[in-house]
Amino acid sequence: MAIDIPRLPLGDWIETGLDYLTSEFSGVTRGISRITQTGISALNDALMWLPEWALMAIIALLCWRLAGIRLAIGAVLGLLLIWNMGLWFPMIETLTLVVIATLVAVVIALPVGIFAAVSDKFYSVIMPVLDFMQTMPAFVYLIPAIPFFGIGSVSAIFATVIFSMPPAIRFTTLGIRQVPTELVEAADAFGSTRGQKLLKVQLPLSLPTIMAGINQTIMLALSMVVIAAMIGADGLGNEVWKAIQRLRPGDGFEAGIAVVILAMLLDRLTQAFRKTKKTQ
Amino acid sequence: MSETENIKIQVRGLSKVFGSHPRKALELRDKGKKRAEILEKTGQTLGLSNISFDVKEGELLVIMGLSGSGKSTLIRCLNRLIEPTEGDIVIDDENIPKLSEKELLECRRRHFSMVFQHFALFPHRTVQANAEFGLEIRGFDKAERAKKAREALHQVGLEGWEDSMPSQLSGGMQQRVGLARALANDSTVLLMDEAFSALDPLIRKDMQQELLELQHRMKKTTIFITHDLDEALALADRIILLKDGEIVQIGTAEDILTHPADDYVARFTEGVDMSRILNARHAMRPVRAVARNDDGPRTVLRKLSENGLDSIYVTDRQRKLLGLLEADVADRAAREGQQSIEGLISDDFPKVGPDEPLHNLFAMFGDKSFPIAVVDDDQRLLGVVVKGAVLAQLAEAGEH
Repeated sequence: MAIDIPRLPLGDWIETGLDYLTSEFSGVTRGISRITQTGISALNDALMWLPEWALMAIIALLCWRLAGIRLAIGAVLGLLLIWNMGLWFPMIETLTLVVIATLVAVVIALPVGIFAAVSDKFYSVIMPVLDFMQTMPAFVYLIPAIPFFGIGSVSAIFATVIFSMPPAIRFTTLGIRQVPTELVEAADAFGSTRGQKLLKVQLPLSLPTIMAGINQTIMLALSMVVIAAMIGADGLGNEVWKAIQRLRPGDGFEAGIAVVILAMLLDRLTQAFRKTKKTQ
Repeated sequence: MSETENIKIQVRGLSKVFGSHPRKALELRDKGKKRAEILEKTGQTLGLSNISFDVKEGELLVIMGLSGSGKSTLIRCLNRLIEPTEGDIVIDDENIPKLSEKELLECRRRHFSMVFQHFALFPHRTVQANAEFGLEIRGFDKAERAKKAREALHQVGLEGWEDSMPSQLSGGMQQRVGLARALANDSTVLLMDEAFSALDPLIRKDMQQELLELQHRMKKTTIFITHDLDEALALADRIILLKDGEIVQIGTAEDILTHPADDYVARFTEGVDMSRILNARHAMRPVRAVARNDDGPRTVLRKLSENGLDSIYVTDRQRKLLGLLEADVADRAAREGQQSIEGLISDDFPKVGPDEPLHNLFAMFGDKSFPIAVVDDDQRLLGVVVKGAVLAQLAEAGEH
C-alpha cells in the first residue's frame, strides 16, 4: 500500500536551526573559541615545557600520595612505555583536551545537578535531555561543532563536553537526593538556609557520589577526544586516525595502548581521590 | 494546674491533609466523616484533625500514639518541617503557620531544637562539630560556639569524645551527641521525636533518667514523642494520647491510667504494671487509733483491744510519729506497773513518704506485717498502708 505521507523534514529543521545559531551567535562562538584555544595552548605549553622526567615524577608522586606505591610504579612504567614509543607529545595533547573538557563539563554539571536535585520540575525536564545527550551517537556532535568552532581542538572540546557531561549531572543529583531525609530534616530543624543546608550537609555527604560521576566524565571525555581526531583534534586519536588512513595496524595499536594506559592512570587516580574523601 | 502557669505554645485547630486537594478532605471531616472514609472518597489522607492543646513553660509533655496516629506529623508541624493545612501554632505571640520563610528560619533558630529517632548526626563532622551545628547556622563566632558545645557535651557526659567521629560511638552515645546538639543551641523548646526508641532497653532507661534530671535542672519546655506507654509514664508531666490523627485524651499519667477516656486508652494502658504508677497515697488509710506519748501502758492496752490491734503507732500532740508500740510490750509494762510508755517505743517499723510507688511497698511488709506508716515531710503521720489495701488498689486499677 502506497499511502503518500510527506516525509517529515526533521533534518532540514535541525540544519536551519543550526545555521541560525551559527550566523546569529558567531560573535559568541568566536569568543568561546578564542578563550578555549588560549586555555588549551597554555596548558599544553606548560606540560610540554616540563621535561618528561619531571612530569613523570610529579604524576608518580601524586599517585603515591593518593593511592600508594603500587600505582606510582605502574604509572611510571606506563609513562615510560609511552615515551619509548615516541608518543609523549600526542599523549600530552590528549591529556590537555581531557583536562579542559572535564573542567568545563564539571563547572556546568555541578550547578545543573544541584538544581535538578532541589527542583522536581527541573529534574523531570533535564533527565530526558541527558538521555538524549548520552544515547545520541557521539560522532553526530562532531558535525555541528565544525560550523560553530571550525576544525580543530575547540570543536573537539565542545563535542566532548556535551558527550561527557551527563554522568557528572546525574551523579550530582543522585548524591544529593541520597542524603538521608533525617539529616536534611536536622539541617532544616536548626534553621539552616538553603545555602547552609547545601554547603554544610548535602554537598559534603554527596561528595563521594559526585566524585564517581566526575570519574565517569573523565573516562567518557578520554574516549571522545580520541574520536574527535576526525575533526582535527591533536593527540593520540590523531595517531590512530593516521594509522587507519595509512593502513598501519602496528602504529594504530601503539597509539591505542597509550590511550589505555592514560585511561587507567586517570581512572585509578580519581578513584583513589574519591576513596580518601570517603574515609575522612 | 493553676492559672498562673505560663503557656509556651498554644496549638488551636491544627489539621494536616496529605494530598493535592486538602479542602475536600476537610469538608468531609467537618461533616463528621472519619479518616478511612475520607481516604476512600477523596484519596486524601487526613494526617491530623483539629488538634488543640497547650504546652506549658518548663513542662515535659509527652505525645503518645501508635504508628500512624499522627504523632510524628504533629511534632513536625510545630516547626513546620511539615506544612500544616490549617490551624494556629502560637509561640510567644508568633503564629508559626503565618510566618514568612525568613521569619520561620529565625523562629526555628530561636525556639526549636530537635532530637531525632535515628540520631541524624552528621557523619562527616566530629562530635564537637555536630554539637556546634545549630550555633554555626546562627552565625556565632568560633570561640563562643566551641565553648557552648563543650558545655553541652559535658552535660550529657561526653567530655573527652569531642574529636571522635559519630560512627565511632555506640547508639546510646550517639543519641547523647544528638541531645548535646539540641542543648547547645539553647533554644526555648526541645522537640524529641522517638528519641530513645532506637536504643536497647537498658540504655533507654538510663537515658530517660538523665533526661528527667536534665529537665529538672534546666526546666526546659520539652515535647517528647513516643509509642511506648511505659516511657510516657516514666517521663511525662502530662500526656497527650493521639489516635488516627485526633486527640483522645490529655492528662497526667495518673488521669490516663485511672480514668481512661475510652476503650482505646484503656487497651493502651492494660499492659502497664500499675504498681509503678500508683503510690502510697492511693492505698493509704486513715489511722484508726494512735497512742500518744503521754499515755500510760493501760490506756494503750485499752486502745489496742478496742480496735482489735496487736500494735499501735505512737505520736506526740502534733501527730508527729515517734514510733511503734507492740501489744505484748505494753502488756508486760502494765503488769510491771510502769506509768509511762516512753522507752518502750520501738523504731523498728516501715515508714514511707506519700509518693512512694506501690511496687516498692511489697518488700517492706516484713514477717510481723506491721502496717506501713505514711508520713509527710515533717514526720507527721498521714495514714497507714496494710498489705491487703495494696492488693485491693491494684486489682481495682486493673479492672478499668
